[in-house]
Amino acid sequence: MIEFELNGRQVSVDADPDTPLLWAIRDELGLTGTKFGCGIGACGACTVHIDGSAARSCITYLSDVEGLSVTTIEGLDEDGDHPVQEAWRNLRVPQCGYCQSGQIMQAASLLKDTPNPSDEDIDAVMTGNLCRCMTYPRIRQAVREAATAMGGSNNG
Amino acid sequence: MANLLSRLANAQTKPKMTRRGFLVSMTAAGVAFGFPRTSDAAMNPAVPDGTPVAADGRVFEPSMWYWIDADGQVNVNIIRAEMGQHVGTAIARILADELEVAWEKVQITHVDTHEKWGLMVTGGSWSVWQSWPVYRQAGAAGRIALIEAAAAKWGVDAASLTARDGVISDGSREITYAALVAEGLERSFTEEELAALPLKPHADLRLVGQDVHPLDLDTKTTGQAIYGLDAKVDGMIYAVPMLPPTRYGSKINSVDDSAAKSIKGYLETVVLDDPSGTVPGWAVVLGTSLHAARSASYEIEIDWTPGDTADVSEEDIQARARQLIESDAGAILPTEQPDTAATFDAASDTLEAEYTTQSVLHFQMEPVNATVFQNADGIWEVHAGNQWQSLILPTLATALDVPADKIVMRSYMLGGGFGRRLNGDYIVPAALASKAVGKPVKLVFAREEDAQFDSIRSPSVQKLRMAFDDGQDVIAMEHHAAAGWPTQVLAPGFMPKGVNGEAFDPFAIDGADHWYSVGAHRVRAVSNDLANQTFRPGWLRSVGPGWTNFAVESFMDEAAHKLGADPLQFRLDHLKAEGINAGSAPNAVGGASRQAAVLRRVAEMSGYGKRELPEGTAIGLATTFGQSRTMPTWTAAAVQLAVDTETGEVDVQKMWLAFDCGTVVDPDGARAQCEGAALWGLSMALHEGTRIENGNVVDLNLGAYTPLRLEDVPEMEIEFVESSEVPVGLGEPGTTVVAPAIANAIFNASGARIRHLPITADAILSALKG
Repeated sequence: MIEFELNGRQVSVDADPDTPLLWAIRDELGLTGTKFGCGIGACGACTVHIDGSAARSCITYLSDVEGLSVTTIEGLDEDGDHPVQEAWRNLRVPQCGYCQSGQIMQAASLLKDTPNPSDEDIDAVMTGNLCRCMTYPRIRQAVREAATAMGGSNNG
Repeated sequence: MANLLSRLANAQTKPKMTRRGFLVSMTAAGVAFGFPRTSDAAMNPAVPDGTPVAADGRVFEPSMWYWIDADGQVNVNIIRAEMGQHVGTAIARILADELEVAWEKVQITHVDTHEKWGLMVTGGSWSVWQSWPVYRQAGAAGRIALIEAAAAKWGVDAASLTARDGVISDGSREITYAALVAEGLERSFTEEELAALPLKPHADLRLVGQDVHPLDLDTKTTGQAIYGLDAKVDGMIYAVPMLPPTRYGSKINSVDDSAAKSIKGYLETVVLDDPSGTVPGWAVVLGTSLHAARSASYEIEIDWTPGDTADVSEEDIQARARQLIESDAGAILPTEQPDTAATFDAASDTLEAEYTTQSVLHFQMEPVNATVFQNADGIWEVHAGNQWQSLILPTLATALDVPADKIVMRSYMLGGGFGRRLNGDYIVPAALASKAVGKPVKLVFAREEDAQFDSIRSPSVQKLRMAFDDGQDVIAMEHHAAAGWPTQVLAPGFMPKGVNGEAFDPFAIDGADHWYSVGAHRVRAVSNDLANQTFRPGWLRSVGPGWTNFAVESFMDEAAHKLGADPLQFRLDHLKAEGINAGSAPNAVGGASRQAAVLRRVAEMSGYGKRELPEGTAIGLATTFGQSRTMPTWTAAAVQLAVDTETGEVDVQKMWLAFDCGTVVDPDGARAQCEGAALWGLSMALHEGTRIENGNVVDLNLGAYTPLRLEDVPEMEIEFVESSEVPVGLGEPGTTVVAPAIANAIFNASGARIRHLPITADAILSALKG
């Protein structure tokens, strides 16, 4: 039995400790907003926050999060109104939407660590998240807009 | 192509429009989908659980495409798959515009499969184009029925009434659609009346062309949109595939799962017996969780006898293509003058070049998966994202050995389509496994398995020739293209015949039958049998035009340079709206003149030929007509890039694109589609491509396979020509034009002519070395 905090709630999972966190969240705990893309931590679709930092849940073992705090897209904001989510809607970033949970979690983490990111910062961090619909131009713009909304101002 | 499209269009629209002849009547509340729902599918993408909007009180259902309830809610039924195009939003607004209802009252339902919907396919950039006449007429029928009901109620002439935002007025009195529906109404139209329905003039369109927030978008920012991978069915078990060493012809000799038995949650390994021949030589590993099934699969040994293609390489496939091009194989397309031999014999000069493209993976973000089970009513339910339900249902019927009407496919969001999910082959192993064990089975491919089992964009070889007279005028052109043919392998009934009686796959030649006037014009499509045997060729975003235009538009540049002409002027000189290129109503009004117009536009936007650029930096141009002559989307691109002649590296700085797609139905959606399509073009030009080795693609996951990432995205400027013509497709055309514009820019910047995709630094260096 492995216990951790998921979106502010204590949960315990009776599963193989080597289960990727991704599948524990999706199949054992029933939250399917976090997506499976590559399974090797290279596409970012499975991005969650572990103790406040972005992490790839497909290459994180369930046992690794024992006692830690995990946040998924469902827990980023109670009403789904995190400034990053609002910017994503304002700029109509999603197309198929499948990668966007991961993109949003990555962007939220970026802005928490770097409230005033340069264009280079945005490119460097967000390039780790693949979007096959190629919504990249809007992702760039939405991160800037969210930064402004959160009080940072893009120094370009 | 004309045959194919008219058949598709007929299958799609006409039977449905006439079957019920718009019997307009009051119906009971609630809409039957033909089958009992035993679990939720993502029907209404606007709400977290996907539950379709329920009607309130009496319902007026003017056609099967929508209903209006006593609260004035309008529910529009969408038969297209949602995979990022916001397709339901585009289609529903077409209907709502004619119906004259407020957008806030409109919801959509992505329907499950049922025979009544006719052909269910989402591809070819056809959705808006095909839906435009159907949903406009449907909306107009409802508007007219409601106005007539109001006129009868008030005892006035219907012509004196107007409808707007769901309210009918005679100037002094008003009544809502909702009130009329609540009272009940009945009205039927004859065929003649239906055909004569007055559609709104273009200038009166109120929702078409306006900015509207996509109905499917918000749940995609909260993790609540439901994809195939998210399907949940009571009692389901999980499965992972064991892929045979070849796509076809492999046989399982033995399975040893002794080492897997200690894995907690491992259930069993099932060798599939597939009467449909879709997944020969397969086994699937079952577990109580996906992790258990996956872990067990690592411990299972299977001994296979591989099929005949176990040693085939990309080089073998391309060598076979060249051999076929040199033979008489293939179909000759119906151009104005397909016989070119005499003209070439009499020519004073000729130009010839070969262009090749490598295998490309779909690599859609959601690996293919499916959940299948037989419900309590004996109906087989398929829960999966899919683009061509009508194609895979008969295959599933054969695989399961049940009539097709005993299978229903639920509707889910697609975690990327790009053509991969036109081929529903990934559903078959889930269905067979479920039948074998008598339980709901959710089968999920690992990324590597998804790549190996992909229906790739076939590698291609193209030979182009051009003949000139002694005045250096173009007098003939030939285009010979050989590749694996998706339509031959998957839907041969959809192949038209060439002028020599041979069938061809339009999706492996469209684009070569261009709108340039070049005199005699021979276009030959050749099926590469070795490709078809080695892998299952797929339709991949923009399909044939994604690589035929690389050849056409590179070759036009080469021809211009040979003649010492400017590539822009050379193209414009040959884009003449005359003869076969004059264009015709309704889809291609203006013909080649509209293609010339978008080309001029990107030249202006980019400052082509007018701006001073640094040494090693240049702009390249290309223009296409999108997906097919039958539905031309006039498209042009200019790309500015710099070539580092020391390293061969290319830095794409800016891309300009101009489109004439007729009426723009959904302005922001149109822009989003063109952004994505153009970047796909960039990705396939410079960033991604794989090859076949030992019968399979070699690049199975990221790291080895390298699609475009955010840091390599250049600045883009996109314009649409204002037009009131028929709206045509936008999902793919942007893809078709970028690779040749890049190749032409590389030549302009460095003198290196690259005739192979993807373009690599090594290829540029070796071209520079001559």
